[in-house]
Amino acid sequence: MVSTPLSAPLDLAFDYTRSLGPVLGRFTAGLRERRIEGVRGSDGRVHVPPVEYDPVDAAPLTEFVPVSDEGTVLTWSWIPEPLDGQPLTTPFAWALIRLDGADTAMLHAVHVAGPADMRTGMRVRVRWTDDPAGHIRDIAYFVPVGAEDGPSPAPPPKSEKDGVVVTPIKLHYEHSASPEESRYLRGLAEGRLIAQRCPKCEKVYIPPRGACPTDGVPTVDEVELPDTGTVTTFCIVNVPFLGQKIQPPYVAAYILLDGADIAFLHLVLGCDAAEVRMGMRVRANWKPRDEWWTSLENISHFEPTGEPDAPYESFAHHL
Amino acid sequence: MRDVAVVGFAQAPNVRETPGTTNGVEMLVPIFAQVYEQTGLSKSDIGFWCSGSSDYLAGRAFSFISAVDAIGAFPPIHESHVEMDAAWALYEAWLKIRTGEVDTALVYGFGKSSAGNLRRVMALQLDPYTVAPLWPDSVSIAGLQARLGLDAGLWSEKDLAEVAARSRADAARNPHAQVSGSTEVADLLDAPYVADPLRVHDIAPVTDGAAVIILAAAERATEFAERPAVITGIEHRVDTPVLGARDLTRSPSTESAGRAVGTGDVEVAELHAPFTHQELILRTALGLGDDVRVNPSGGALTGNPMFSAGLARIGEAADQILTGRAGKVLAHATSGPALQQNLVAVLEA
Repeated sequence: MVSTPLSAPLDLAFDYTRSLGPVLGRFTAGLRERRIEGVRGSDGRVHVPPVEYDPVDAAPLTEFVPVSDEGTVLTWSWIPEPLDGQPLTTPFAWALIRLDGADTAMLHAVHVAGPADMRTGMRVRVRWTDDPAGHIRDIAYFVPVGAEDGPSPAPPPKSEKDGVVVTPIKLHYEHSASPEESRYLRGLAEGRLIAQRCPKCEKVYIPPRGACPTDGVPTVDEVELPDTGTVTTFCIVNVPFLGQKIQPPYVAAYILLDGADIAFLHLVLGCDAAEVRMGMRVRANWKPRDEWWTSLENISHFEPTGEPDAPYESFAHHL
Repeated sequence: MRDVAVVGFAQAPNVRETPGTTNGVEMLVPIFAQVYEQTGLSKSDIGFWCSGSSDYLAGRAFSFISAVDAIGAFPPIHESHVEMDAAWALYEAWLKIRTGEVDTALVYGFGKSSAGNLRRVMALQLDPYTVAPLWPDSVSIAGLQARLGLDAGLWSEKDLAEVAARSRADAARNPHAQVSGSTEVADLLDAPYVADPLRVHDIAPVTDGAAVIILAAAERATEFAERPAVITGIEHRVDTPVLGARDLTRSPSTESAGRAVGTGDVEVAELHAPFTHQELILRTALGLGDDVRVNPSGGALTGNPMFSAGLARIGEAADQILTGRAGKVLAHATSGPALQQNLVAVLEA
């Protein structure tokens, strides 16, 4: 039973896309035009980046105040090995920077050669990106005032592209299956359907579980199940959606394999969708052996066996 | 309203990486067995269940649902979840008992921090418009906070190393700790910076782990523990998420939570400080004198399982009472960047 659980890289990526309100929308639109605006709080302090509501009395804030693209480093830390997505790919400093005319500080990157070139109180200015999009990243990074980083590019012409920010999010994980799931997935690669039995309630689960949902103990005893079963319930998919692989209408069904105590979801094909019914007997249609891997995709779908339907009482308690 | 007491506590070993799943089941099943053993309770005796964990650590949606298997959630149970450290799940469970809805509750937290790149994943708890798109990592943000105190003369690098050395020495007596041992402050200060001004000893390790606490109504607590740890005060407060608008050398939310619960006469304090300087900020915010023993467990600097390290602080503090080593203790938990959200509890015999 002891073997290394299966694991695999899991990469997630999506564009975090949001429409902005009148405060942050105006701020990001300003950045595209290479202007920085803060907002005046109820206590007179100018917040940069702007806040929508006053942190002291929660009043909505509407008075915009232009501030400088030069400011002072209040504190900094050094990142010797930048991470994916950060403003610079070479070592740089993170800093809280209070722009001239602002009372709060913004977090951003400062581009210098090494930590010896950083100090609290140093003066820095914005280095704008060449390709503004109405986004906080229109500020590429900061450089020391007077640094030889070249002049900022000229301001771009006005654009209608306002009020929406798109931030790409990319995350990498190493996903691990549980020992029980790993047994099941390795079984599939050999064309076997491996379930496990709860040592307490003796229910048979496929896929097997890290803990029985009734008893909270791992399932342990291995049970190999046949590839025949009964449709307990189903739905006919008529709606097209992104990523769909089969032409609708088709049937997604809960299939209770013979000997199992839990049904799992699969496709029922090989007959007209209208013929599928509760109690219908079905058998797995396996893909060609050379396409098998550690996946339930090895079973292309289930199809009717032609046997008489299972009586309702035989699966009613699994609904 | 009636009082609530901690009657059981267990935690999984704090380790750099488990081979287990991100749903925590492998870590949770054994520690649930431990708290049932301690209290004599079984799952059918638990009135309410609440957990803390994060989908961003797991890299998938509704990741806490699979963890519910570890409970044994059939027949149906009364269950809830917070996307925060499980100390906040404990607060929810405390309310359920306070209001008389249930007599017992089981609270758990878990996190497999090693599945992704933790300090990068943590960027996603920041403001999504003006901060998170820069991907500032959690260690760098703590470095900004540490330097503010260094520049202001509130602490020195030596002060920080002393916190680390004491924590590691204390952790030598904690079988669950990930980092422990005797170290010389001078040697720690000889190490290179990881993220100037922070060295490796200033930063909590990346940890996989889980913790569980059982709470009971005080009038029934002696059925389950000889010496229950009664929660005599618990408060949580929040500071602005705008890092540049806060004085990062202070923790006003900890100060006000501490004032609300009353921190006088506590003998031991378990503080959730994932960075050395944060322990100093918290000590000041809570007004803890030199006579208060801080983090005898070693604290988060010697093992920081995300989403359970705060709950474990409450458990470790309660354990001082459960085992008769102290009569009044304080526990603190934090969530969010640079001590943004803070919970303070006082427990008494």
